[in-house]
Amino acid sequence: MEINHEAILTQFPDLEWEEDTQSLIVPPEKAVEVVTWLKEHPEMRLDFLSCVSGVDYPAKEVKTKARNEEGKMEITVTQHPEKMEVVYHFYSMEKKIGPLVLKQRVMSRENSTVTSLTPIYRGADLMEREVFDLFGINFTDHPDLRRILMWDNFEHHPMRKDYTPPNDYDYEPTPHDDVIERAQEREKEREGQEA
Amino acid sequence: MSTETMPARGFNLSKDDLGADILEIAMGPHHPSTHGVFRMDLKLDGETVVDLKPIFGYLHRNHEKLAEDIPYPGSMPFTDRLDYLCGMTNNWAYALSLEKMLEVEVPERAQYIRIICAELTRLVNHCLLIGFFINDLGALGTPLLYALREREKILDLFETLSGARMMVNYMRFGGVRCDLPDGWLEECKRIVDKFPAFLDEYETLLNENEIVITRSQNVGVLTAEEATNFSITGPMLRASGVNYDLRKVDKYGIYDRFDFKVPLGAHGDCYDRFMIRMLEMRESIKILNQAMKDLPDGDIIGKVPRVFKPAAGTEVYGRIESPKGELGFYLVADGSTNPYRFKVRPPSFINLTALRHMCIGHKVADAVIILGSIDIVLGEVDR
Repeated sequence: MEINHEAILTQFPDLEWEEDTQSLIVPPEKAVEVVTWLKEHPEMRLDFLSCVSGVDYPAKEVKTKARNEEGKMEITVTQHPEKMEVVYHFYSMEKKIGPLVLKQRVMSRENSTVTSLTPIYRGADLMEREVFDLFGINFTDHPDLRRILMWDNFEHHPMRKDYTPPNDYDYEPTPHDDVIERAQEREKEREGQEA
Repeated sequence: MSTETMPARGFNLSKDDLGADILEIAMGPHHPSTHGVFRMDLKLDGETVVDLKPIFGYLHRNHEKLAEDIPYPGSMPFTDRLDYLCGMTNNWAYALSLEKMLEVEVPERAQYIRIICAELTRLVNHCLLIGFFINDLGALGTPLLYALREREKILDLFETLSGARMMVNYMRFGGVRCDLPDGWLEECKRIVDKFPAFLDEYETLLNENEIVITRSQNVGVLTAEEATNFSITGPMLRASGVNYDLRKVDKYGIYDRFDFKVPLGAHGDCYDRFMIRMLEMRESIKILNQAMKDLPDGDIIGKVPRVFKPAAGTEVYGRIESPKGELGFYLVADGSTNPYRFKVRPPSFINLTALRHMCIGHKVADAVIILGSIDIVLGEVDR
C-alpha cells in the first residue's frame, strides 16, 4: 500500500517530491525532524527502516535527440550537476504500509555530509557505516562511524564512480613475498616514467 | 610487520581502560562457532561479556561494484554466492526486482515452480540452522548430521533440477531456466511427505531437552520494539512477536493463494528463535503440498525483451522473504544494459546490528548461541 505523500508535503511545504523516482528529497539539516514526524504520525507509523543505500552521481552531460517543432532532429545537451544521495526505504510494520523512499541529497562529492538517522533507527548503524566506507559520505551524529567492510587504513572509497583499482599491491593488508616483489617492480616502473 | 604499523582494528588494548579484571579477546575469524570468517572483539569481566564489537569484511569482494560492470542477466549467478545456502531465494529476489522495473509478467507455472523451490530452500536453511544451533549448544555432531541428512535429499533435488547443489542459477527474469525433469515432482513429493517424520523425531529429542531449555531460554532477549527499531527481519523478528512476514504483507509471487500460518514467538529469546524455525518448516511443508497439487501446465518463461534496457532514472526496490529475513535489491538504471547502482539489502548483515545489544551481560558461551540463533552467512554479510 502506498503512502500518502501529500500529507507529508502539507506538513513540510519546503520539501521536494520527485515524481520520476517517487521519492521525497529531504535536506540533511531537516532529516531528523521529518523522520521523527513520520515515525510518530498516527496514520503512517514508519517504524521500520528497511534499507540504506548510497548512490554517486558525478557531473555529466546527457545528449538527447528529439524532433523540434519544424520536424527536424535536434540534439539537446543537458548538464547534470554532481551529487551524492543516501536513499532510505521506510516501511511501517504496524500499519503494513510502505515503502516511502526518502533521499538525503548533497550537491557536492567532496566532503559530502548528511545527517545520521541512527539515533532514531538503530538499525541504520551498520548500513550507514557501509555507505561511509564505500562512498565516503560522512554522517553527523553517528555514534560509531568507522570503516566496516574495507580495512581501516584503506584510503579510497571503492563504490565511487571515479574509483580505479590500484595498479600496485601496496594495499595488501598482509603482503607476502611475491606481492612485495611485484610492488617493488611497479615502484621501479613508476620511477622510470617520472624520470 | 611491527606492531606500530598494524592497522587499528576495533578497539585497542590500552593501559588506561584496562581494568584489573577486564579481558579483551578476539573471537574469530577462525573460531568454529562464527560460521565462517567473522570476528567478535569481546571485553570480558570474568566470563561475562561487557562489550562486543563485530568485525566484518574478511570475505568482502564488492559484489555491488562487480554488478555495475556487467549486464543485468550477468549478475544472476553472482547472487547465488551471496547467501550460498539459499541460492534459489537470492535468484528470486533479483529476478523480482528487475521484473518490477520492466513490468514483466511471470507465467503461472513458473510462479508455482518458484514457490516450490523457495520453500524447499527454506527447509534447507532451517535444517542447517537448527543443526548448527544444537551443535553450538554442545551436542556435537549427531543432531547436526540428522539435519544435514535431510538437507542433502533436497540438495539432490536441486541438482537434478539445475545441475548444481547450491550454486543453482536457476531463475530467470520472467520465469525459470528449465522445466522440471521427468519424475522430479514425484521425487519431491516423496521427500516432502517424509519430512514431518524427521521434524517429529527432532522435536521429541530436543524441544523439551533440559539442557536446550536452560541454555537458550531467556538468553539474548530482544523485545518487539527493539527488534523493529534494529531493522531485524525474518524468523528472528517473528520470534520477538512482531507479525511481519513479507509472504503475507507484500504477497509477492502468488503467495496469496496459499493457506499457511505465520508462527510467532512470545519471548524473543534464543529458544523462541529455534522453535520459530521448527514451526516455519511445518508451514513450508503445507505450502509445498498445496503448490505441488495445483501445479499447472504451461510456459515456464514469459515474454521478456532480448536485451534488458530499463529507462534512465528508473529506480526499484524489490524484496522477498528469504529464509534469513528480508532480502532486497535496490536497482537504479541509467538507460544502458548495465545497472547504474546495484544494492543488496542483506538480511543477516542487518540482523547482526543487534548482536552487541543481545550479548552484553551474558556469558561468553551464550554469545556463541546468540550468534548461532541470528543465522548468519558470511558470503552475504561481507558481500
